[in-house]
Amino acid sequence: MAQVKLESATLGSGGKLLTQKRESLFQDAFRRLIRNRAAVIGGAIIILLISMAVFAPLIAVKSFEVQVLVDQNKVPEWVTSVFPTMKPYAQFSDDYPFGADYVGRDLFSRIVYGARVSLTVAFIGPLISLLIGVIYGSISGYFGGRLDDLMMRIVDVLYAFPSLLFIILLLAFFRSTLMHLEPGTFAYALGQLDAKMGGLLFVFIGIGLTAWETMARLTRGQVLSIREKEYVEAAHTIGASNLRIMFHHILPNILGPLIVAETLAIPGYIATEAFLSFIGLGVNPPTPSWGAMISDGANTIRSYPNQTIFPALALAITMFAFNFLGDGLRDALDPRLRGTQ
Amino acid sequence: MGRYIVRRLLYMVVVILVVSIITFGLMHAIPGGPFSREKALPAETIKILNERYHLDEPLWKQYVSYVYAVLIPHVTMTPPSTSLQDDFLGNAQIGSVWIRWMNFGPSFKSRSRTVNDIFRDNLPISAQLGTMALIIAIMIGMPLGILAALKQNTVWDYFGMSIAIFGVSVPVIVLGPIFVWVFGVALKWFPPTGWGAQPPYLLGFLPSKLGWDFFKYAIMPSIALGLGSSAVIARLTRAALLQTVREDYIRTARAKGLQERLIITRHALKNSLIPVVTILGPLFAALVTGTFVTELMFGIPGMGKYFVTSITNRDYPVIMGTILLYAVFLVVANLIVDITYAFLDPRIRYD
Repeated sequence: MAQVKLESATLGSGGKLLTQKRESLFQDAFRRLIRNRAAVIGGAIIILLISMAVFAPLIAVKSFEVQVLVDQNKVPEWVTSVFPTMKPYAQFSDDYPFGADYVGRDLFSRIVYGARVSLTVAFIGPLISLLIGVIYGSISGYFGGRLDDLMMRIVDVLYAFPSLLFIILLLAFFRSTLMHLEPGTFAYALGQLDAKMGGLLFVFIGIGLTAWETMARLTRGQVLSIREKEYVEAAHTIGASNLRIMFHHILPNILGPLIVAETLAIPGYIATEAFLSFIGLGVNPPTPSWGAMISDGANTIRSYPNQTIFPALALAITMFAFNFLGDGLRDALDPRLRGTQ
Repeated sequence: MGRYIVRRLLYMVVVILVVSIITFGLMHAIPGGPFSREKALPAETIKILNERYHLDEPLWKQYVSYVYAVLIPHVTMTPPSTSLQDDFLGNAQIGSVWIRWMNFGPSFKSRSRTVNDIFRDNLPISAQLGTMALIIAIMIGMPLGILAALKQNTVWDYFGMSIAIFGVSVPVIVLGPIFVWVFGVALKWFPPTGWGAQPPYLLGFLPSKLGWDFFKYAIMPSIALGLGSSAVIARLTRAALLQTVREDYIRTARAKGLQERLIITRHALKNSLIPVVTILGPLFAALVTGTFVTELMFGIPGMGKYFVTSITNRDYPVIMGTILLYAVFLVVANLIVDITYAFLDPRIRYD
């Protein structure tokens, strides 16, 4: 990034400008970002959540999967003062900071470990969609012509697909196919890997298969506008290869909008995972996912609201944090876009 | 414009066909059939059932006869019977000839119902919920966005945009349980679950009585579902309006001494609607898919539960019916959005 800036600056004028321009785009953006209070709070919460996920075994001493049936639905006393309707029938136990769920698992541990699922999705989701979308979009935009037409037509058709329905169908297919497979095949290995990841692999595949389309369109648009710039032409004339132009001259200059778009998409990925786990197609039990916990608790929400509302709040806080950070990043990387979507 | 619409309609048909083929292929590729049970049925029984529902035929034949039953109008002399195999959505009589259209087939799981029965009984409820949520999204989102834009960088702006961030960050699966508990269980303002409308419906989906009996059930789920979308609308309206009020023609209108209220309503708002309209397509998609979480959450007897249970039950006709229905909804919504877009902004030409 810095290299490109310097090149264009040196071409343009003398040494003075060069020293002024030495601050790279990202340093500049970072300075603006930390002046934005909401974004800093969002970032801080995300750092907290990450450390919570990493150090989960230290924070949550109780197991998230061991069922202590005698402790079903037990709550500590403070919970009943938050949810006063529980007072007449609540059974108390101070062993569980947030209470125990309907099979006697520690809610607090499940929420802490649940951060692992949501955060993994928050980081892998953008990676997948960036990887596919950027490659697809830059090929389409860079080479243009017939190829571009064809590639974008394909995206158009896929775009018209109701993506969530598609994910649901695909997941149902993956999940039930796996139980009937012979060992030794690739699909079987995939299934084993998925089982090891607690069912997350297929969630990623589902999200990845549908989320790249937006990114491909955005990348293509950006590439189209950069492709005609003088410095790209200059690179062409001195005989730079297509790959070099793509990676050295175009990609660094379109990275900003892409990062912003992905950061703003993160809450969407988190919500998709929660939704999938809510309808029972996401992670495999007993992997704790906030979506699955909300779904489990929803059956008994009238009697034991804590089992639903605590994971729901955890989900909301995480999405808040990513939204704040995303908004701040957008304002910082591209001040012209301030206040837009 | 006409040519554009025709082209888009053709496009739509292609998309729906592709969706139907993929769905059909995938659902048959999922191992296990509609009649696999934990305690296996006798092979003979399964064979008879498969024969009865033509599941023993080759896949392409099943697909063709499905498309035939749904898409092609049937012209017969026999009047409609009560047979489950013979349930069409559209029935018209001309003299002694019957024209009958759209047979989505029987449900394998609930033996006494057809997919058309599900459409008739449960779809109107989902449609009511979706419509209410859309109305709420627009009713909250637009004024909030306008207020924030007109009073940019004031308390109003920050207030409006905080609500918007809140709305974006709190999906139905979070808001749902909180509403159910706070307003349904603790405060007892609304019944926590259920739905107030019963057939017959006006125009196929509107409740015939719009009283408290309807709204006491509808308000909570509609707000829970619509709030997220209202936030999106608010942010977009604000951004669009901020951009529009800086245009030259607004300055001209001010210069000629037009009232501020007229400037905003006549000039600025109409033009800032354009980006807002474009988002309505994806928004509609979010609402439609959002309805089934909302329905599960608030115990609303809509289409939502069929959507998920049909897949786990391998209830082929119900899977096809629900997916096609949603796909048609979404594609049509996108088409309408694009056409409205062209009407609002005469500069846009599709030909």
